[in-house]
Amino acid sequence: MTTLWQSLLIALRALRVNKMRALLTMLGIIIGIAAVIAMVAIGSGASKMISDQISSIGSNLLLVLPGSVTSGGMRSGSGGTQTLTYDDARAIKAECPSVAAVAPNVRGSGQVVYGNQNWSTVVYGVTPEMVDVRDWTIIAGRNITQSDVDGATKNCLIGQTVADNLFGGTDPVGKIIRIKKIPFTVVGLLGRKGQSPQGQDQDDVIYVPLRTAQRKLLGSQFPNVVGSIMVQAKDAEVLDKAEEEVTELLNQRHRIGPNREVDYTIRNLSELLAVTEQSSKVMSILLGAVASISLVVGGIGIMNIMLVSVTERTREIGIRIAIGAKKRDILLQFLTEAVLLTTCGGVIGMLLGVAGAKLVASFIGWPTLISVNTIVIAFAFSAGVGVFFGFYPARKAASLNPIDALRYE
Amino acid sequence: MDEVVRLTDVVKIYTMGEERVEAMKGVSFTVHRGAFVSIMGASGSGKSTCMNILGCLDVPTRGSYFLDGVDVGKLSADALAEVRNKKLGFVFQGFNLLARTTARQNVELPLVYAQIPAAERRARAMEALERVGLAGREGHYSNQLSGGQQQRVAIARALVNRPSIILADEPTGNLDSRTTVEIMSIFQELNRQGITIIMVTHEPEVAEFTSRHIIFRDGLVISDQPFQAKTAVPPAEVQQ
Repeated sequence: MTTLWQSLLIALRALRVNKMRALLTMLGIIIGIAAVIAMVAIGSGASKMISDQISSIGSNLLLVLPGSVTSGGMRSGSGGTQTLTYDDARAIKAECPSVAAVAPNVRGSGQVVYGNQNWSTVVYGVTPEMVDVRDWTIIAGRNITQSDVDGATKNCLIGQTVADNLFGGTDPVGKIIRIKKIPFTVVGLLGRKGQSPQGQDQDDVIYVPLRTAQRKLLGSQFPNVVGSIMVQAKDAEVLDKAEEEVTELLNQRHRIGPNREVDYTIRNLSELLAVTEQSSKVMSILLGAVASISLVVGGIGIMNIMLVSVTERTREIGIRIAIGAKKRDILLQFLTEAVLLTTCGGVIGMLLGVAGAKLVASFIGWPTLISVNTIVIAFAFSAGVGVFFGFYPARKAASLNPIDALRYE
Repeated sequence: MDEVVRLTDVVKIYTMGEERVEAMKGVSFTVHRGAFVSIMGASGSGKSTCMNILGCLDVPTRGSYFLDGVDVGKLSADALAEVRNKKLGFVFQGFNLLARTTARQNVELPLVYAQIPAAERRARAMEALERVGLAGREGHYSNQLSGGQQQRVAIARALVNRPSIILADEPTGNLDSRTTVEIMSIFQELNRQGITIIMVTHEPEVAEFTSRHIIFRDGLVISDQPFQAKTAVPPAEVQQ
């Protein structure tokens, strides 16, 4: 039996002899693989874009909101009461083992002034953890600190949109702005996040220390109350556990029992992520499936040409058998030829697919995601197509009768 | 003298659809090492069938065929392939070289299937080409060679695995008379070196260069005579 290497050399020679035909035969596989790669790249790029958008809220997050209260038979909606406190937040942080960080916050809005510019924006009172929980980066200056919170200092972080509107291109760090006429020092500038999945501009924001907001800016009647608490679990696996722990703790602290309705709600933000990811995954599988039909068509093209080639080379096969080639040798030779065709087609298709994906992506502004996995699978698949569709012609060649084959004109 | 070939009562029956064709009706003969035999007969006499059986491309329906003492009729397909590879060398009427392949690559082909390493293949192919007077032509493609040269490449290919017998099926059928003599002189030279040659031909003047004539008619051997072979003198100027 000849070695694989010999078969490869023979196959290469055979393909070189018929370059144009080899190219045309490969075309089916080229288009098939290119389509699969491009579709999967664009599909997973789109799904990555969506999940990036969602995770820009922050990852592994629970959102604890005040619940409704019943007063004289009337129930207020969610958030219609102020039941969560800074102490709740600290208790969650201290007592729930699955929780990594807790970011209580209060929300208000106000007019901000710097020099002759002014801008209306959302002001949050936060603790330093907010930056971690929401995955913000600070591109200039520093984060606010716990002592800023404890001391209710008039320092603030501003988002890119606010910076653009108040400062134009100049460096905002160290400048004094007035929020609702109270002077604040800008200590840090937040990196750009872009739109939230709901289409809100996440960069149109100012963060001030929680205590400062509670006492000086928003003038709440209960100074310890917070608007919501963001809870970040240690990782995605313990998110549900973290939810249970927070629920248990808050039930205890708020004395929730048979006679007292639950006065808070917990939202699990990763559910949204999971649903969206699921739907975009289905989308890219669908695209991939449609594209792989063209692969199958390409494979049939290979089989067709290989059959023609076997007929054409009947005499050559006869010579080889007469000279001492075994059935396996002939089988291997034609199989190698088919696999060589499809893998060459696969490689060319891969390059075209990657290029195509990049091109499409640059037109519609989506990111593309080409994983090593896709490439490996496409390559293996094209080789598999070669084996599958090459087998029948190769077997036909191997089972030729040498006497007839030698006499074949 | 030891026997290379022993055919005993070989019968070969083909069925073509409804029709049964009895191509060989009980053929027996032996060939000794170093012989130069020609098998003659009209078309349909069974000489080609006999050649296919001698060449292990086909097996007898009945009877036995011993090649170098091995009962070839009892071998598997793979074992037959090995016998063809190691013990037999074929020379065909239509040369049957691989197209778009150099002379050396053609000659190397049996060695490829014998799994001989590349360096040794090359050396043995060159040696075989030299024996048939084609040294220096190893890089030529089949279509760049004349008919006589192509047949010499085919002879080199038949030689290269040092076979027990060379089987030649009408080796001069496609050649002019001058080239025919050239090829026959090569066969005679190889035969002098001890190689057994069995040749099928229907041209008596070609058979004259061999030392034994077996004549077939209607699937039977009707004559088997030794012959005083004529020496083939190649044309004065050697074709290069």
